[in-house]
Amino acid sequence: MLRRIRKILTLDASEDVDESRSKMGGGLQTRFFQKEILPWLFLLPVVGLNVLVMIGPSVGSVYYAFTDWKGLGSAEWIGLANFTRAFQDPFLGRALRNNLKWMALSLFFPPAIALFAAVLLSEIRRGQRLFRAIFFLPVVMSATVAARAWQGIYHPLFGVLPWLVDHGLEFLDISLLGNPDLALYLVYLASLWKGWGFSMVLFFAAMQQVPDELYDAAIVDGANRFQQFLYITLPSIRPTIIIVLIFTLIGSMLAFNFVYIMTRGGPNHSTDVLALRMYIYAFDRFEAGYGASIGVLLTLWSAFVTLLFLGLRRMGWEV
Amino acid sequence: MRKPGHSRVVNYIILGCLAFFTLYPITLIFFNSVKTTDETFTNPLGFPRTWRLENFVEVWNEAGFSKAIPNSLLVSGATAVGVLTVAALAGYSLARLKPRGGNFLAVYFLAGGSLPAQMFLVPLFFLWRKLGLVDSLWGLIVIYIATNSPFAVYLLRSYFINIPTDFEDAARVDGASEFQIVWRVMLPLARPGFLTVVLLTWMNAWNEFFFANIFLHRQEIQTVALRYVVFSGEYFTDWALTSAMGVMMTLPVMILFLATQETFIEGMTKGGLK
Repeated sequence: MLRRIRKILTLDASEDVDESRSKMGGGLQTRFFQKEILPWLFLLPVVGLNVLVMIGPSVGSVYYAFTDWKGLGSAEWIGLANFTRAFQDPFLGRALRNNLKWMALSLFFPPAIALFAAVLLSEIRRGQRLFRAIFFLPVVMSATVAARAWQGIYHPLFGVLPWLVDHGLEFLDISLLGNPDLALYLVYLASLWKGWGFSMVLFFAAMQQVPDELYDAAIVDGANRFQQFLYITLPSIRPTIIIVLIFTLIGSMLAFNFVYIMTRGGPNHSTDVLALRMYIYAFDRFEAGYGASIGVLLTLWSAFVTLLFLGLRRMGWEV
Repeated sequence: MRKPGHSRVVNYIILGCLAFFTLYPITLIFFNSVKTTDETFTNPLGFPRTWRLENFVEVWNEAGFSKAIPNSLLVSGATAVGVLTVAALAGYSLARLKPRGGNFLAVYFLAGGSLPAQMFLVPLFFLWRKLGLVDSLWGLIVIYIATNSPFAVYLLRSYFINIPTDFEDAARVDGASEFQIVWRVMLPLARPGFLTVVLLTWMNAWNEFFFANIFLHRQEIQTVALRYVVFSGEYFTDWALTSAMGVMMTLPVMILFLATQETFIEGMTKGGLK
């Protein structure tokens, strides 16, 4: 097969013509191969891998979501039972509330901090690259190290609190990640620390594209810095902001790593999130069918957000 | 906004505070990685008083990094090479050979990268178990190649599209064969795209925890990210060793990033903005 591909690739145009003249059939075959078969041979490995790992199992999820599959053996069709169970599952309800809190925090804080930093950064001359590199460092780090680093900072033995307690603030002798009212927000802060730099870099790159003349004109009209931001910067980079918010809407429903590593949903389920519940059902309790149904619901949310975005764009919203 | 000569001291002060917020946790890991365990209790937040470099030896010997690092080098290397190979072939085909149905596939690769893992995770796990690919580095590598490939195909396709056809035409006039055109003209011109794909997939595989945690169980075949979480979960009070592990995991990625900043940021933001 490889020799054949090579042979076809090395055929130059004149040979091709000669061949098709002398042996009409063979030439047509060659051209058919080159036009129809060869491109797909090049695509075959990647399509095969995607079907094997993602597409096939996704179709499987849709099927198993309607069964009582345990991961082994046969799967009995149980209709919508997994979905009705999911909507009544108190653990999923609590997890969903946490995901929504996570989402509300993510829709506000990272974009706000990132916008603020990007504006400040675009106003300075020296050190732009340095600051950008610093803010991007947590993005390239593994979430595992970031999660543990923050766990250390929160730790009752070698964190920030014992230091403050030693220096006279005894009322701070409390447990941080052990506190059900605080844990979710503290885990979120670690995730915010790791992620906001990514939005910052996107915003900053978009701001570089805004023509200077716009600002010059605004300055002539007497606009102050805040007005320039509100009437020039924000509208100009709106597409980037929308994309960041779309990714936030999708990503906050899928939050997993930081919660899993830092608290595993505890204390007392106060940091449960949907992806963690799904993991527990599917891999701790081997309720594969039920786990698959939660996966399908999470994907429906992603698809809904994506289609909403594309639909609004098609309807002429400049998003 | 860019009034020349206007002092921006306030900008630098606020950016400096944000930089401190960003860097302090990373600095802490570096500080604590060379302290004795006792010192992590007495001086957890400050500059190290002692320099105990044996921590790194212990991480290597006792915490299991002597196995985890070779494992991760294999996984990351094979993932990078695998993704580059399949994505270069596919990207070239979509950009230049224009197969029937190619546009549909291009849209798939655009969207396919954002398919949540939760959609295919459960059947994939039990399929892998049936195929004997759970607890196998190659089983994990196949997953990494597949999940990293949509973005890479999309990126390389746009690289190939943006190479002007003039170069090919000129080579053709000079009598080059199609194979020579691919090998001598297209590949060298697409090299920046290749570099981006290799760097980003290598980093993704090195940092990856979610799939590794589900698909690898035996300690001897754990990757660094998984070994790190498991070890530090068991011995969290050994904050010095946990930090030393964190440094060993983070340093390679950090060096790669700082050495190739533009490539990294451009590649990742393209992925985010597609």
